[in-house]
Amino acid sequence: MAIEEAETGVDAPTIIEVSPEDARRATIEQSGRAIERNADKLLQVRGLSTHFFTPDGVVQAVDDVSFEVDYGETLGLVGESGCGKSVTALSVARLVPNPPGRIIAGEILFDGINVLKLSDDDMRKLRGKEIGFIFQDPLTSLNPTLTIGYQIAETIREHMGLPRKAALERVAELLAKVGIPRPKDRLNDYPFHFSGGMRQRVMIAIALACDPKLILADEPTTALDVTIQAQILELIQTLSDEFQTAVLMITHDLGIAAGMCDRVNVMYAGRIVETGTVDEMFEEPKMPYSWGLLDSLPRIDDIRGARLRTIEGMPPLLITPPDACRFAARCSYVRDVCRTDEPELNARGDSGHLARCWGTETGGWIS
Amino acid sequence: MDQLTATIGASAALRPHEAANLVEVDDLKVHFPIRSGIFKTVQGTVKAVDGVTFDVRRGETLGLVGESGCGKSTIGRAMIRLREPTSGTVRFDGVDLTTLKTGALRKMRRRMQIIFQDPYGSLDPRMTVGSIVSEPIETHHLASGAAKKERVAELLGLVGLDPKYVSRYPHEFSGGQRQRIGVARALAVEPEFIVCDEPISALDVSIQAQVLNLLTDLRSRLGLTYLFVAHDLSVVKHISDRVAVMYLGKVVEIGPPDQLYAAPGHPYSRALLSAVPVPDPVSERKRKRVILKGDVPSPVNPPPGCRFHTRCWLYERLGKPENCRTIDPPLEVLSGEHRAACHYAAEALKTDVGIAHLDLSSSIRRGTPDSALALLKAGKAVEVTEAEKAAAAPAADTGAAG
Repeated sequence: MAIEEAETGVDAPTIIEVSPEDARRATIEQSGRAIERNADKLLQVRGLSTHFFTPDGVVQAVDDVSFEVDYGETLGLVGESGCGKSVTALSVARLVPNPPGRIIAGEILFDGINVLKLSDDDMRKLRGKEIGFIFQDPLTSLNPTLTIGYQIAETIREHMGLPRKAALERVAELLAKVGIPRPKDRLNDYPFHFSGGMRQRVMIAIALACDPKLILADEPTTALDVTIQAQILELIQTLSDEFQTAVLMITHDLGIAAGMCDRVNVMYAGRIVETGTVDEMFEEPKMPYSWGLLDSLPRIDDIRGARLRTIEGMPPLLITPPDACRFAARCSYVRDVCRTDEPELNARGDSGHLARCWGTETGGWIS
Repeated sequence: MDQLTATIGASAALRPHEAANLVEVDDLKVHFPIRSGIFKTVQGTVKAVDGVTFDVRRGETLGLVGESGCGKSTIGRAMIRLREPTSGTVRFDGVDLTTLKTGALRKMRRRMQIIFQDPYGSLDPRMTVGSIVSEPIETHHLASGAAKKERVAELLGLVGLDPKYVSRYPHEFSGGQRQRIGVARALAVEPEFIVCDEPISALDVSIQAQVLNLLTDLRSRLGLTYLFVAHDLSVVKHISDRVAVMYLGKVVEIGPPDQLYAAPGHPYSRALLSAVPVPDPVSERKRKRVILKGDVPSPVNPPPGCRFHTRCWLYERLGKPENCRTIDPPLEVLSGEHRAACHYAAEALKTDVGIAHLDLSSSIRRGTPDSALALLKAGKAVEVTEAEKAAAAPAADTGAAG
């Protein structure tokens, strides 16, 4: 298969060289699309707890998580595997596999709608239409036995009530939009005819099919090569700017968060431990775990040979999370209070920058 | 453990009359036939590695970087003959591995080992850690009985695992710990050369740093030579003494990282560099990416001439010169040890494409309270002057405002 996929797209070797800043400004100016607002914020998550009931015990994967996403905003959820970032996103779309998972507490308001109170039928209407998805692995998230054209048209017919022919025309339009060459000829192709990058483009086309207000992107480029990743990230950014779509970008890659997001939430062991604008997070993080993440990363723009700082140890088991700061066991700034009481997620300054750390609170010992 | 370190170090690094190159790869080709139909007739050939020449010097880390399918892992395997080369030679310490018979090859294998990417798939789930690490010792008859047990305990200590875990099974360990077991197994036979095949790609960021530091420490303590195969340019820059960039079965550029990353001579290296995300929002907003159109062409039918010309921005910019389509450019010296395979490398060097707004020299890890200080302590070469500190601060201010 790897052999056949190469022909896609080689016929148009034009090269774009753009800086994200310029590109964004241009698209926002020319699109002028006004999005309908039914609430103050597009997404408000309050006190969300999603637990998994396993034979070994209750895994508190997401525990009392609150955050907001504004209309048109790109919010990053960053953290390491098992920190609860994907489960948070799945909870928003009510896609947590049940059993064993269950949302046990909290409130999710999407565009003014209380998501957790919706009937399954209404929820299905919301998914796909108002909320689009891009997952990590485009091969397993597409149905291998259906043509690409059918899979995208399915979404459009279901949610927008377009007849078959009109739906297929819209599909071709979307495929062109996501940069697939000769889109009309490819409607009858199956997913295996496409390369990884091309499949991810198809996923994006499906996600955008009904002009959603929010896209949940869960590690959308982790399975891709770096040059293909650059293509896909640029595509997500341009399209979300053009359609004024908000994006919840889940990633473990701090570089991607730095380049794509307006604001970033750092998650650790089921909790949000820091939240702020992308500049605050990268210039003045206020939580030792965020420092640890930044410091342990080999950087292309760093001086060579400097020894990497590491975060020693492992995250706590979420079956029995400590009744204290969850990072305390690995923190090099730890004091007694960290081992006995859990700090609140509270303000650092008045810009909306929040952190969960005793040491960086006013009067704390880390400055 | 110090004693162990001393013995291994002596065996690996202090051999008299040794040549500067430990491994010499000459015009190496690894082709895979594609068979199909009921008679399994050969329909074509995947030219995974197609004529590659380079050396690995004793005691250095050579980074081999490229995208999936470029042939980097195949080279790593062919170099220790886990894959049979189609043609070309691999000389290890002067001996041509490609013609060695089984017995002689096994003896040579003691001197070269491999660490695999997947710490889950590369360890037998039914073997204890002790038996995983002692298996190579038994195969090569290096020790037995109490001496073997002692050696296993030493090796586990060396990679930072508690020797009391010898009777545990792989599933009881995390990904990072498993990778340490893989490293201990590779070190068990006191090798000189280790192929690290994407050894940290499957690990979380904070664990990656631990394993990278471990590999760096072991190299200097035991005098090892690494071929470090990876797709992550930042990691490769961090660990390598020299870096080779591959595209579609060929090495397109090779050189010391400081030169190669600061002034790449091959248009592909520039595209690759520009695509790497940097965890710095200010520079991310300013940087320009070279977005390569389309996918990597098929290694069954690589494009004629320069293999990159179908996606090359420089080829477009220069008005599609004919020799790019007809003549495969050889690796040519740009300066010192820095070589690139591009007819128009001089033109590429004149531009700032791919490296604009990527400041490779004075980055200070901002954010962490004592990070600049930590850098100062870590390396003598690092000098953070007051002026540089001041320069870093306003950059942060403008970033927050815009």
